[in-house]
Amino acid sequence: MAEFLNHLVFGIYPYIALSVLAIGSVIRYDREPYSWKSGSSQLLRRKQLMVGSLCFHLGVLIIFFGHLGGLLTPIELFDAMGISHGVKQTLAIVVGGIAGIFAFFGATLLLHRRLFDPRIRRSSSFSDIAILFLLWLQLVLGLATIFVSLDHLDGHEMVKFMSWARGIFTFQADASSFVMDVHPVFKAHLFLGLTIFLVFPFTRLVHMFSAPVRYIWRSGYQIVRSKKAAL
Amino acid sequence: MKVRAQIGKVLNLDKCIGCHTCSVTCKNVWTSREGMEYAWFNNVETKPGIGFPKDWENQDRWNGGWERQRNGRIRPKMGGKWRLLAKIFANPDMPEIDDYYEPFTFDYEHLQKSPEMKAMPTARPRSLVSGERMEKIEWGPNWEEILGGEFSKRSEDYNFEGVEKEIYGEFENTFMMYLPRLCEHCLNPTCVAACPSGSIYKREEDGIVLIDQEKCRGWRMCVSGCPYKKIYYNWNSGKSEKCTFCYPRIEVGQPTVCSETCVGRIRYLGVMLYDADRIEEAASAESEQDLYQAQLDIFLDPNDPEVITQARKDGVPEAWLESARKSPVYKMAMEWKVAFPLHPEYRTLPMVWYVPPLSPINSAASAGKMAFKDDMPDVRSLRIPLRYLANLLTAGEEEPIALCLERMMAMRSYMRAKTVDGVIATDIAEGVGMTAGQIDEMYHVMAIANYEDRFVIPTSHREEAEDAFDERGSCGFSFGNGCSGGSTETNMFGTPKKKKVQSPSAFLTEGERS
Repeated sequence: MAEFLNHLVFGIYPYIALSVLAIGSVIRYDREPYSWKSGSSQLLRRKQLMVGSLCFHLGVLIIFFGHLGGLLTPIELFDAMGISHGVKQTLAIVVGGIAGIFAFFGATLLLHRRLFDPRIRRSSSFSDIAILFLLWLQLVLGLATIFVSLDHLDGHEMVKFMSWARGIFTFQADASSFVMDVHPVFKAHLFLGLTIFLVFPFTRLVHMFSAPVRYIWRSGYQIVRSKKAAL
Repeated sequence: MKVRAQIGKVLNLDKCIGCHTCSVTCKNVWTSREGMEYAWFNNVETKPGIGFPKDWENQDRWNGGWERQRNGRIRPKMGGKWRLLAKIFANPDMPEIDDYYEPFTFDYEHLQKSPEMKAMPTARPRSLVSGERMEKIEWGPNWEEILGGEFSKRSEDYNFEGVEKEIYGEFENTFMMYLPRLCEHCLNPTCVAACPSGSIYKREEDGIVLIDQEKCRGWRMCVSGCPYKKIYYNWNSGKSEKCTFCYPRIEVGQPTVCSETCVGRIRYLGVMLYDADRIEEAASAESEQDLYQAQLDIFLDPNDPEVITQARKDGVPEAWLESARKSPVYKMAMEWKVAFPLHPEYRTLPMVWYVPPLSPINSAASAGKMAFKDDMPDVRSLRIPLRYLANLLTAGEEEPIALCLERMMAMRSYMRAKTVDGVIATDIAEGVGMTAGQIDEMYHVMAIANYEDRFVIPTSHREEAEDAFDERGSCGFSFGNGCSGGSTETNMFGTPKKKKVQSPSAFLTEGERS
């Protein structure tokens, strides 16, 4: 039974979550472009947002790219560069820990503001509150894993997650077996992470796809549209 | 030279009576929706005052508009592209809704449903954002109406720069004027430049600046970028919205709603031709005081054969060239020099221009001491300080404003001589550098202001852009997503959604309904 559940959650569920993320986002972008937005509430209340949003976003960005690089970079590359698993584990704990504390601090401010500021609460949808709570919980779980990781600084647990992530993306049927015996905190963190992928297209998180980095290399400042060009 | 055409606008402040008809008709058409209650695409401010939103003219605080760098190039005052993107998570240059005002309604129902009480029932205010009781309404879209509030607060007005303002706080010396404001549809808009999504654009064919609602992601940089604070963030939809210059009306040759309904006939719409290649050059003029002239310099004479040839090459339709020759905006801005851009120092090259108001002669009681120049009172003795108007319209340069006011007074003297004394006073006209014919025309356009003289709007050539057959049966204006109004009536399983707001008729019984 435990094996069955483990395979369901860490072998099958990732594909469901990622499929919904991809297909759902495409459908939403195509069908409901008017709903595609960051959903900023800065206009309604500046307080708590200025510090909260900045800490949250910067922290989460570091964590996101840390996870992306840490999980999906082939372990052989680290070995070739002479970075031992222990060093990588320590690096992840230090950088992730600092960024995590920042993000947690920001998310707590934002969540408090969203729940207890009447203006923000009233203008929030269910998904606005739910996704912020999920992210906050995910940060708590992520920070909690640090304490477990401190017990095995040699990085062998970390390699399990790298193997698992790699297994998922290379369609290895037994990918879930890599994380069969890890600490429950890791399992909860993984499950919630996948769930965030699942609900992604139904929330304001879609604004991540629209991060306006293209602005940097947009030629000049002005934009003129011509009707004639459209025909 | 690249010739482009734009529908420009002039507001004759000399005739504005501050009735707010423009604001109300605009609101009814465009912003009477949840999320936009606080937004006024058109609002009328009483000056002097800090305006709407509070202190909007203070660019040290909001960082709107452009700044000229040491190398002579301009960039948004908020900062270059990297600096601007760094503000995306929390924008320090953006006003909060309280800087506009917290939108409210009143508990009208209480008037009907209150039990018998000692005191009269009252309808108390309630926030439209939080739904909570508001004990006191602190601010509104026109809180300073007709000099409301203390002078000490109103005198924070940025346009008092360089004016000894203390005496204007005295009852005997006070002055006021109305300033209706809308999007300037600038030639060099900072909102467009600041939008990281690239959703704001200027239309090539008529110069109208619009926000693509499907492309807007709500990064809200435009709200800060616009120095006139004429972009409003819709807190309900999470998208920015702005004055559309009533483009569906303009396209069919009708004036904007605010212009159409202006009871004082102060608004003029007409085509302006300009050299699109020289926009950046004009906006980068070294001195702020040179910007007014720099903008005049890129406007093109619609009667100049060279301009006409180039305009045809650049695809400006013949009807637009014809309209440009009859444009009241061109006449007021270029021929008579009586209209001016609002705050040219923002370097946006605005396209809604203003005729400054005349005002009563100061200290009429001491008329003997009044300064006269050629039988006309010196414009410097008018009640509204010249410097104040100059700060508003020419970055502090007083000479152009003085000439304009002199011309407007000369028009009165000339017409008085003509209609009362039966004399054509060419000397009055020449005294202000005009001909008698010009003054006659100026009188016709500015004083009589017939509908066809105020609004010279060519229709747009839609046939160049779309196939009419494809357009049949389609919806007109929508929030994107085809004919969707931005909200769906049913949930994802097809059952009707619970309505949040119900109209009074929803409570009628079957019998009452029929």
